[in-house]
Amino acid sequence: MAALVVRLSCLGKRWVLACIDGGSRHGRGAAIGLTSRRKRGQSSVAQQPLIAVQKSRKGEREWAAVVGLEIHAQISSNSKLFSGSQVHFAAPPNSLVSFFDASLPGTLPVLNRRCVEAAVMTGLALNCRINKKSLFDRKHYFYADLPAGYQITQQRLPIAVNGCLAYSVSVGKKPSQVSTRTVRIKQIQLEQDSGKSLHDEPRSQTLIDLNRAGVGLLEVVLEPDMSCGEEAASAVRELQLILQALGTSQANMAEGQLRVDANISVHHPGEPLGVRTEVKNLNSARFLAKAIDFEIKRQIHELENGRKILNETRSFDDKLGCTMPMRDKEGKQDYRFMPEPNLPPLLLYDTASLPPGADPQQVINIDWIRERLPELPGKTREKLIQQYGMLPEHSFTLLNEVGLLEFFQNVIKETRAEPKKVTSWVLNIFLGFLKQQNLAVNESPVTPSALAELLNLLDRKAISSSAARQVFEELWRSKGKTPSQIVSEKKLELMQDQEALERVCHTVMEGHPQVVMDMKRGNPRAINKLIGLVRKATLSRADPTVIKEILERKLSS
Amino acid sequence: MWARAVKLGLRSWVGWRRGFTSKADPQRSGRVTAEVIEHLERLALVDFGSQEAVARLEKAIAFADRLRAVDTDGVEPMESVLEDRCLYLRSDNVVEGNCAEELLQNAHRVVEEYFVAPPGNISLPKQDEQEPFSHI
Repeated sequence: MAALVVRLSCLGKRWVLACIDGGSRHGRGAAIGLTSRRKRGQSSVAQQPLIAVQKSRKGEREWAAVVGLEIHAQISSNSKLFSGSQVHFAAPPNSLVSFFDASLPGTLPVLNRRCVEAAVMTGLALNCRINKKSLFDRKHYFYADLPAGYQITQQRLPIAVNGCLAYSVSVGKKPSQVSTRTVRIKQIQLEQDSGKSLHDEPRSQTLIDLNRAGVGLLEVVLEPDMSCGEEAASAVRELQLILQALGTSQANMAEGQLRVDANISVHHPGEPLGVRTEVKNLNSARFLAKAIDFEIKRQIHELENGRKILNETRSFDDKLGCTMPMRDKEGKQDYRFMPEPNLPPLLLYDTASLPPGADPQQVINIDWIRERLPELPGKTREKLIQQYGMLPEHSFTLLNEVGLLEFFQNVIKETRAEPKKVTSWVLNIFLGFLKQQNLAVNESPVTPSALAELLNLLDRKAISSSAARQVFEELWRSKGKTPSQIVSEKKLELMQDQEALERVCHTVMEGHPQVVMDMKRGNPRAINKLIGLVRKATLSRADPTVIKEILERKLSS
Repeated sequence: MWARAVKLGLRSWVGWRRGFTSKADPQRSGRVTAEVIEHLERLALVDFGSQEAVARLEKAIAFADRLRAVDTDGVEPMESVLEDRCLYLRSDNVVEGNCAEELLQNAHRVVEEYFVAPPGNISLPKQDEQEPFSHI
């Protein structure tokens, strides 16, 4: 991607695209348009401009990019949305399929209570208004992995609308330069997942596995309030953390539990919005950002060369780093939405409207769910900052890395060291080692107890900080040894005998009168030299600060 | 499935069978254009086959148009005849599935417990169809 930018600027393309803060909000957004997971044409309803771009060179007009997202999250439940077959990632083909999932005649949908609760929890966590009445519809299209020929979704009246999601982007090179953005949530709806197709091109056939058909999905539609790949990726990451904290979805992109489609267009600020394209087949946050940025650049390039943008669906080829049109360019799809005739409206209640004497199994109380919402990532970060005095960017790192927060909290539990020390060790040294060897937290050779013990040793000044680092390296390399064992093996303990240390200092000072003279003259380097000599004499088992203090005291006496 | 979709879409299939003719709504010409027929055929996988079939379609639409005679100003549309019924909520237990063998008996062709379908709507074009932009 970097190479591409360089070449563009060499050719004299005079634009600079940046995501900067600011920009005002104008009015309300228009409807996004309806798309399926596969590429179909879209309605060309306009999106909203929101964030302006830096001016490039003189004379050239700036471009603003507008990015909206449609996110499908697989609901974490035992059984499917409308049938009692199991939801499971890996299973023999077509073994988790009921008669309804296979769309055999005479079968009817029966709504799964857990999926409704998951939708309400997610809506509440994203500050949405929960619709007390929502409706199910059929969205028709033909594809081999959709046995019924339609998908049951909520197009007219979804379960939750008008929410917002706050996320954080870096606005400078320093890690502390972060800014909070929000993106509006247009709606959240319940819908069915389709089965899986495996394309067997050599034999000109497609193999269909319906295990995934009918699994409950939460479709979260984000308004086009984002303007670049990084913002989109951050928003998705935050949504992932929220869903995982709620337990409503495991939101693992690699396993297909979270799928994102991006709608991208560019325009000159102040002018109407441009034609947008939809980019699909994005299965990691990194590719999401790359694909969006590529598509923005591509669209700008096309428009600057006098060409038009086609309202089409594209997919992202991660090996080539570019988006390509998907072969089936059918143009607008007509999904022939109609109400699902087999399902009455879904009614939800709150404490005030709960019908007396109702079967608790058959009613859902929004207030009851709201009271039991788990702690959301934003709140967790706030607490970390308050409780441990850490910087906001540290709290982000702790939550972003899977398992790191738990590791951190386990260390804190077992150590007497100050939280700031623990934070620094976990985020810098521990995380550094993990990243270097590309390990996940749960693959770490160092346990929280081991690190806690090490920090205790450091805290009581039994070892120096450089010795502590050595011990840590050794802990990493050889499992099973405790920090205390390593310390005694390598003789890294700090000298505790103050008198002995004073004697060593005295000896060193006597042995190097010239250096002492330099010190007396106020040469700062001289004292460091003496400290170094003392350290060598004590085989690095003395604390440099204590040495310095002794030397200075001796000097002044 | 397609027949049902067409039925529900047209609402009254019975009319044409009785050879019923009705006065066309003065606001509509009553003609269904070839474009619309083509569109419907692709969407619903229906085959209209002949001009006669199209004529029947037009008569059916005209028959259904008689509903416009009813004044529905200020009346909320009924979304579902079930609107007064309670939507039953099932508890999240696994009670079905594990019948691959039975299901696959319905399939015309099967490959190792997968259903087989003809290829269609395949994504990602081949090398020679790349956009020019990426070659810059």
